[in-house]
Amino acid sequence: MKRKVKLSEQRLNRWGYFFVLPFVLVYFIFHFYPTIYTFLLAFTDLKGLQTSFSFIGLQNFNKLVHDPYFWGALRNTFIIWGYNFVPQLGIALILAVWFTDLRLNLKGRNLFRAVVYMPNLLTAASVALLFRSLFGYPVGPVNQFLQGVLGLYQKVERDGKIIEEAFNFFRNVTVTRSIVAFIQWWMWYGHTLIMLMAGITSISPTLFESALVDGANNRQTTWNITLPLLRPMMLYILITSMIGGMQMLDIPFLLTDMRGAPDNKIRTTTVYLFNVGFQGRNDYAYTAAISIGVFIITVILALLIFFFIQDRSELKQTSLEKRALKLAKKGGING
Amino acid sequence: MAESINIYRLSKLFIYIFMVFLFLIAIVPIYVLLINATRSTEQINLGLSLLPSKYAAYNWNALTSRGFKIHQGFYNSAFISTFTTLLSVYFSAMTAYGLHMYKFKGRNFIIGLILLIMMLPATLSFIGFYQFMARIRLTDNYLALIIPSIAAAGTVFFLRQYLMSILSNELIDAARIDGAGEFGIFNIIVLPIMLPALAAQSIFTFVGSWNNFFTPFVLISSESKATLPMLVQKLRGDIYRTEYGGIYLGIAISIIPILIFYSFMSRYIISGITMGGVKE
Repeated sequence: MKRKVKLSEQRLNRWGYFFVLPFVLVYFIFHFYPTIYTFLLAFTDLKGLQTSFSFIGLQNFNKLVHDPYFWGALRNTFIIWGYNFVPQLGIALILAVWFTDLRLNLKGRNLFRAVVYMPNLLTAASVALLFRSLFGYPVGPVNQFLQGVLGLYQKVERDGKIIEEAFNFFRNVTVTRSIVAFIQWWMWYGHTLIMLMAGITSISPTLFESALVDGANNRQTTWNITLPLLRPMMLYILITSMIGGMQMLDIPFLLTDMRGAPDNKIRTTTVYLFNVGFQGRNDYAYTAAISIGVFIITVILALLIFFFIQDRSELKQTSLEKRALKLAKKGGING
Repeated sequence: MAESINIYRLSKLFIYIFMVFLFLIAIVPIYVLLINATRSTEQINLGLSLLPSKYAAYNWNALTSRGFKIHQGFYNSAFISTFTTLLSVYFSAMTAYGLHMYKFKGRNFIIGLILLIMMLPATLSFIGFYQFMARIRLTDNYLALIIPSIAAAGTVFFLRQYLMSILSNELIDAARIDGAGEFGIFNIIVLPIMLPALAAQSIFTFVGSWNNFFTPFVLISSESKATLPMLVQKLRGDIYRTEYGGIYLGIAISIIPILIFYSFMSRYIISGITMGGVKE
């Protein structure tokens, strides 16, 4: 009897193969094979309109390691990502703490959250073109606002005289990088806010209640309960944002001249990959090497972040427990 | 005591001011876009305005007379996004159900694989994908954009999480005793149960496909097959240089459908983000 049940169960479980078959087939043909093919191409000399290639060993990777444009692009990516991520997490964190604070009970939270998340759904290509127009020179809306409302001009020296002029934003490296970072921030901090709020509301309310009973104030609950318990969520946000940041393409690609002007300084690694692969040289083999290089760097960074933060969160956890124990002994904090 | 209440009120006031400031930052670029889409280039050059003007039709003509085929881009994007969404969500649900319901050999391997490929950057396979498509002559063909979406790891992961939290085995067993086939059970019983999660995933898949610029930009070469983001990208070009109103209108058209859709569904979309935990 038991054997029979087992047999029919086994037969039933075989259905699983039919259910996952389409996924597995499509994955191996359209995702896995291309990934392997990318790795293969990175060791060849495939270029332009050729259809045949020969293997040239590690030459492409050797070129990659010594390519100043690649390292420059990597640097640009990190700078822009950093400009964006710090305010993104910072502001989202402050807002998330305020919005989940029942004592503050802020009005209009849901409307606010819905509105600041909205840019996340907009077409990135359109957003890039929009900000390209908004920061236009000489008569873009931002310049009109700076001149008309604030009376700000760029002072330019010409023929020994100082003249006031509209700002040419996309001529200045720091300003252009900041604009890219601002757009990324504008599109993503609402999303981060929603994730963090979900993280905070999933913390057991009894923790906050007992803290309240023990007389902890807002700042103490935030620092000793909310933030430490939010660490896994912040780690997740950090890693996904880093992986996403390494893929940054549409905005820096379309904001200026498709090659990261000014002076290639907003050319991210993915924009560079696109430039090499599909504009001009069509050096597919080298493009494959670049994408593998970016992948390796991404993996190393993700592992570094993971181990660094994971370890510290474990330390924090024990110190938190110690603190809780001390509190229990003392019988609560005052003020 | 009174003093501390005052400080409390003051900090609350400060928070509201900060919120209004961020609210304006989110709204103003879109507002300027929509207003300028209705203004003539001369008006735009003259200065800012808070009120719409009446040149939307003129701008529309300025755009379409320069070969900006809005209808076609709209139709193409809608076509690709619809089929991508249908295939992706249906087959993801099927995969998720298969992984949830049946304990077959290799199941854990596939679950692990899904977690792994969710973390892989899309650019890693891109060159290989492009060369592969070129070899089997699928560039400039929508199939190359639609078929790969059948294997959407993120969607499978999300739907499996949902199934784990909601599906009861008794229901499936009861259906089996009534003589329903396994695919019948999935299509008739499981899919309706999953509807909220399917809806959320459909929205994100549709918007993701609608917004995708890079893949069609590389693969599609015929003008008649261009998607909306590919058309919008052309607004950088010289022939539109003097038509500021037209440029704003072109950008506006590509995002207005999303804005309208979002204004009705925002509550639903926001709860969908955190429903299954993970989504890029």
